[in-house]
Amino acid sequence: MDTVPSREIADMKGAAALPRKNGELVFDEAWQGRIFGMTVAMSHDTSFEWREFQAQLIAEIAHAEREGESTSYYERWLNAFEQLLADKGLVDPAALAERTREFETGRRDDVF
Amino acid sequence: MSDTHHDHGHEHGHHHREPESVLSLRVRALESLLVEKKLVASDAVDRIVSAYEEDIGPHNGAQVVARAWLDPAYKQRLLADGTAAIEELGFGGVDLKVVENRPGVHNMVVCTLCSCYPHALIGLPPVWYKSFEYRSRAVREPRVVLREFGLDLPENVEIRIWDSSAELRYLVLPERPAGTEGLSEAELAGLVSRDSMIGVAVARPPAPAAR
Repeated sequence: MDTVPSREIADMKGAAALPRKNGELVFDEAWQGRIFGMTVAMSHDTSFEWREFQAQLIAEIAHAEREGESTSYYERWLNAFEQLLADKGLVDPAALAERTREFETGRRDDVF
Repeated sequence: MSDTHHDHGHEHGHHHREPESVLSLRVRALESLLVEKKLVASDAVDRIVSAYEEDIGPHNGAQVVARAWLDPAYKQRLLADGTAAIEELGFGGVDLKVVENRPGVHNMVVCTLCSCYPHALIGLPPVWYKSFEYRSRAVREPRVVLREFGLDLPENVEIRIWDSSAELRYLVLPERPAGTEGLSEAELAGLVSRDSMIGVAVARPPAPAAR
């Protein structure tokens, strides 16, 4: 069942720990929930193991801290996710850049 | 206390729309590609997000319950002095009494006056917990209320109602499901839902086998 939360994901520790308030997950903006959900869904479907994503996320956070970037937790998550998808050959970065431009210019407007 | 979540002083309108952030557009572009490649289904993403939003709140409480299932000495301390026992695991800020479900006895928590609730352990209270209906009916007809939650207890099971207050909060220690021998603390915690610690559900049975 993909709707029972996994403790491996829910209870990540240290820098990778999910942002919470009163114990509950906090998604400040809708896109944060989407990117979280997509990542979890793909880890269920054996596109990658959760620990692979977690390692990428930890590396991304460490990189951002080193560079003194003021990016948010989920922005770092998004960077890590895109990197993992590229490394796995699942999403071509050029195709993603093109698709993003289509959304930015309004040529595409799919709503999820 | 009444429900106040409709009383925001500001207006939510659809008459203006903030320009969408660069990050939001990036995420939509990514989702559109992943859906196209059939790597992700949007309805699965919806289900996952809501499951985690609702279900993850209680992860601290679930850890306490799992520890008590595994460690009889911890369970004894937890039942004797909930406040001190949860501090051992790094949770605090609440005066807590833990009540144990066992064969023939089912416990259920309500706050008849308002919505006192052990936030630190199980997150924010669900809407129904704060409703007048639950607060009044849990005491008057608990068996009927539990049945509406999908929990049909035999007539010979005694139901004990615990009324939370600002001074003392309650947490139900559900019974450990059968077939969970050999599970780790983290795996056991995954079976403990928020509702089972309020006492309107029981702990989930373990998954039949690996997916």
